[in-house]
Amino acid sequence: MSATTLRARSADPRRVREMAGRVGWGIVAWVVSIGFFLPVLWMVITAFKPESAAETWPPQFVFRPTLSEFSLVFSGMGPYLTHSVIATVGSTILVLVLGIPAAYALSVRPIKRWRDGLFFFISTKMLPIVAAIGPLYVIALHTHLLDSIWLLIILYTAMNLPLAIWMIRSFMLEVPSELLEAARLDGAGQIREITSVILPITTPGLVSTALICVIFAWNELFLALNLTITNAATMPMYLISSVPQEGLYIAHLSAAATVASIPVIIVGWIAQRSLVRGLSMGAIK
Amino acid sequence: MAVIETSAAAPEVGIRPRGVNRRERWQRRLPLLPALIYIVVVTQIPFLVTLWYSFQNYFWNIPGGAHWAGVSNYTAVFTNAAFRAALVRSVVMTAIAVIVAMILGVAFAVLLDRKFFGRGVARTLIITPFLVMPAAAALVWSGPMLDPNFGLLNWLLEPFGVNHVAWLSTHALGSVIVVMIWQWTPFMTLIALAGLQSQPAETLEAAKVDGAGAFATFRELTIPHLRPYIELGILLGSIYLVNTFDQVRLMTNGGPGTSTTNLPFYLYQEVNNAFDVGGAAAAGVVTVVLTIIVATFALRMFARVFQFEEAGV
Repeated sequence: MSATTLRARSADPRRVREMAGRVGWGIVAWVVSIGFFLPVLWMVITAFKPESAAETWPPQFVFRPTLSEFSLVFSGMGPYLTHSVIATVGSTILVLVLGIPAAYALSVRPIKRWRDGLFFFISTKMLPIVAAIGPLYVIALHTHLLDSIWLLIILYTAMNLPLAIWMIRSFMLEVPSELLEAARLDGAGQIREITSVILPITTPGLVSTALICVIFAWNELFLALNLTITNAATMPMYLISSVPQEGLYIAHLSAAATVASIPVIIVGWIAQRSLVRGLSMGAIK
Repeated sequence: MAVIETSAAAPEVGIRPRGVNRRERWQRRLPLLPALIYIVVVTQIPFLVTLWYSFQNYFWNIPGGAHWAGVSNYTAVFTNAAFRAALVRSVVMTAIAVIVAMILGVAFAVLLDRKFFGRGVARTLIITPFLVMPAAAALVWSGPMLDPNFGLLNWLLEPFGVNHVAWLSTHALGSVIVVMIWQWTPFMTLIALAGLQSQPAETLEAAKVDGAGAFATFRELTIPHLRPYIELGILLGSIYLVNTFDQVRLMTNGGPGTSTTNLPFYLYQEVNNAFDVGGAAAAGVVTVVLTIIVATFALRMFARVFQFEEAGV
C-alpha cells in the first residue's frame, strides 16, 4: 500500500536525519546571510528615523518612519549626483571605445606579442596610484584640469581599462571561429568583422563589463577627494559633507549613504551572474 | 558551470601565419594602439613625474617652487620610522583582511552550494556588502554600527557582557580590518562558489560510494580543486585591498596616533598636511619599487592560475 510505504519511508531514520540536516544547514545559511546583511539593513532603517530616534540607547526598532532626511539629501546632493553620473558614464563609454579594439587585437587577430600586451595592462593595475598623488596634483594644476570633471573621466578610464580589456577579451575568445571564417570569406574587413560579427555576439559580455566599470567609478573616493573641490565633487564626497562638525547627524548620514549606495547595489544585483566573471577579469566564467 | 579560461593558450582563430608582411603586422597592432598609448600616457607619466619630484625639494606652502635636492628625500624616507611603520601596517592589514575574508568566503560558499529554501535571496544578501560604496560603509560602520553610545554592535553584544565599547578608539585597527573583511568576503564567496560549482559531481559521488566522510571529501577533493580559485581570490583581493584608503580616512583618520595609518593614508597625509611633495614622491617611488617586486611574483602567479586548465586539470 502506498500509504504504508510512505509512512515507512518517512519514518526511515536515515532519511529523517538527512532531511533535518538539510533544513538545519538551510537555517544556518539564512542566519549567516542576514547577519552579514545586517549593517546594510541598519543603514536603511536608520535612514527612515527622525534624527532624535537615531542616537538612542537602547537602539529603537519601533518608531514613526519619516522621509524628512531623504528629502534633505535629495535637495542637497544635486551637483554631486550630476558629477558622479558624468564621471561614471563618461569613463565607462571611453573604456568601451578604447577597450573593444584593444581586446580584439589581443584575441581575434592577435598581435605577435599579445601575451606581453595583456600583462602590461594588468601590471598597471598593480601600481599604487596613491604613490603618485602629489605629482598628479601638480600635473592637473598645470594642465588646468584640477577640479574638472574631465580629469575624473580620464583617470577613471585608466583605472578601469585594463580590467575591461581582460574581460572583453575573454568574451571575444568565445566567438565561434566558423563565424569569423565565414565573415572573412565574404570579404569582411576588420571593421565589419567587429561591427557585424563580434559586437552582436558579445553584447551581453560588453554590458556586464560596463556594469563592473560603473561600480568601480561610482564608488571611487581617493582621486575625487584629492583632485576636486566643488566643480567636480562626486557622491562619496557628498557623503563626507553630510557629517557635520556638531549636532545630531546619524539619520541624515544614513539617508545619504543609502541614496549614494543604492544605484550600485541595484546594478550589482542585476549583474549578479556576471559579477564573478568581471571581478576575476574573465578568468572564471 | 564555471571554468578557468584557457586564456594562456594561443587563440584558435587568426594565429599568425609565418611570414606575415609588415602591413599585416601593423594592421593587427592598430586597434591596440589607442588603448596602449592612453594607458602609457595616463598611468606612466605621473610616475615619471613622481620620480623627478623625488629628487626635488618642494613644499606646497613655501614659495619658490622646486629645486634639486639630490637623494636627501630618499635618506629621509629610509630613516623615517613612520614610513616603515605604515608599510608594515599596510602589509598586516591586507594580509589579515584577505586571509580572513577568504576563509569566510569558502565557508559561505559551502553553505550556499547546498540547496535550501530561498538560496537565491540569501546569495543576494551576502554579496550586497561588496556593492556598498566604501565611503558609505566606512561612515555607517563608524556611526550607526560602532558608536559607543548608540551603536548596534554594542547592543547586540550586551548580553555577552560587552559594555559600551568605544571600538574606534580602543580597537581602531581591528575595526578598520573588520570593515575591510565585511566588504571583501562577498568577493571571495563568489569566487569560491564558482569553484565549488565547477567540481564534477561524479567525483563527489564516487567518493561517497567509496565511503568517504563529508569532511574527508572536503579536505581531499574539494580543497585541492578550489586551490586555483583561492589563489586567484587572494591575488585580486590583495591588489585592491593594499590600496585601502576610504575606511582609514573616514573611520579613524589614521589614528588614534598613527595606529591605523597605512601606506596610502601616510602618502595622502604627506602631501595634504605636511605639504611635502618631494618627500611624498620619494616615499611613493619606494612604494612603487616594492610593489613591482611583489607584482612580479603576483604576475607569475597570475600566468600560472590562468594556465591551469591547459595543464590538464
